Amino acid sequence: MEFIFALIIGLFLGGTAGYLGTLMLSQRMALVAGPLGHLTLPGIALALIFHFDVSLGAFPFVIFGIFFIWLFEMNTKLPMEALTAIVFATGVAITFLFLPEEKTVPALIGDISQINFPATLISVVLSLFVFFATKKIYSPMILAGISEDLAKTQSINLKRYHFLYLLCIALIVALGVRIVGGLMTAALVAIPACTAKNVSMNLIQYSYGGFLFGSLSCILGMVVFKLTDLPIGPLIVIASTSFFLISLLFKR
Amino acid sequence: MSGEILKVKNLNVVLDGEEIIKDLTFEVKERETLIILGPNGAGKTTLLRTLIGLNPYSGEITWYTKSISYLPPQELFQRKGLPPLSIGEFFGFKKVTSENVLTIFSAVGLDPSLLQRRFGAVSTGQFQRMLIAWALVDQPKVLLFDEPTSGIDIGGQETIYSLLHRFWQEWNLTILLVTHDLNIVWEQANNVLCLNRENLCYGKPREVITPKTLEKIYGTGIKFYEHKHN
Repeated sequence: MEFIFALIIGLFLGGTAGYLGTLMLSQRMALVAGPLGHLTLPGIALALIFHFDVSLGAFPFVIFGIFFIWLFEMNTKLPMEALTAIVFATGVAITFLFLPEEKTVPALIGDISQINFPATLISVVLSLFVFFATKKIYSPMILAGISEDLAKTQSINLKRYHFLYLLCIALIVALGVRIVGGLMTAALVAIPACTAKNVSMNLIQYSYGGFLFGSLSCILGMVVFKLTDLPIGPLIVIASTSFFLISLLFKR
Repeated sequence: MSGEILKVKNLNVVLDGEEIIKDLTFEVKERETLIILGPNGAGKTTLLRTLIGLNPYSGEITWYTKSISYLPPQELFQRKGLPPLSIGEFFGFKKVTSENVLTIFSAVGLDPSLLQRRFGAVSTGQFQRMLIAWALVDQPKVLLFDEPTSGIDIGGQETIYSLLHRFWQEWNLTILLVTHDLNIVWEQANNVLCLNRENLCYGKPREVITPKTLEKIYGTGIKFYEHKHN
């Protein structure tokens, strides 16, 4: 039953992460999910030590991370990637101060052995929330990426949309650490988006292509995990990379 | 020319502690073409952005219409590294009917097949015509256009200006244009506003543009030759 739950999570979470990833790629923020994933490690460590849900542990830490990146960005004018590096390195350092050695591997590369019905339900509901929120902000944010002034003249409240966008990233990272671990969350959003970009001619193909490749990668990774018992996170990432490599043959 | 469409009174704009526009007063009437002239850094772009509410200001800006469209300079548009967005999808951001899009494409002389092309994959001239189509597709009453011909060759510049002139004539459009092109001032402007952070001249081109004014605007002696036919 746990495997069926995992597949359901893979379908919804993987797809939504890929869909959100296409927006993140267009905003040149696809890699941000990586450092944010690292930042969740202290939360995952706490969850593993005190036996509560890893996503629940991860979420406050990713929110803290986004808040501090935003705060530093406002006050220092340093580029976001530099600030993200500072915050993520700190997150990793804190984790390894108190994470027991035997808990290190599941925290870093994911674990689907403890998935139950409530965790599946929460993952599906939150994934759907992120999907529809992303759908709402998608066009305005793409337009803002082309010209912020043009977006503002269309009465688009960019600050509100940006907040919603960051919240979506935080949720996907917090949910994603369960299946790929804190080390590889960037792969959930970045690789399906790149694959979709390679084979798409327009925005519809690109955005829903991200969903399709994200879902397929998670499901394929989970099936191989079931057959081989190799670690789940790396298998999902390798499945995703395989789709990416194949997409290069069909690049448009 | 009929009623007023914009009234600006004692406008001051300060950005990051720097005074960009000082005590500017002017007005624009319906179906007028106002050209804003000035050297780089004179506050021309700031003025257009302020007029549509993108900058904080003190003073009065009164629009007598809400139907306003704005086009920033072409260099400020991100064309590289975008997702695979088609031009048709770009127009979809404005929520207009495909019939309206086809009409405006024909009006600016663009082939409808371009709607399937990727956003960044057109020439500079086509891109600028596409932007004009975007700005006019919902039939605004006023168009604010910042440096419409920057980066475009002379032939392309001609096309852009004649397009704007045609829309001004046929659509009763009011146009506020930022440009460095003095020829266009003579050919198309009803009024000209010379700006270098403050109002240096304002009125009909033939009355206010003199070698002395140009020297005041650009800080160097500029001569012009007016070709008159018998």
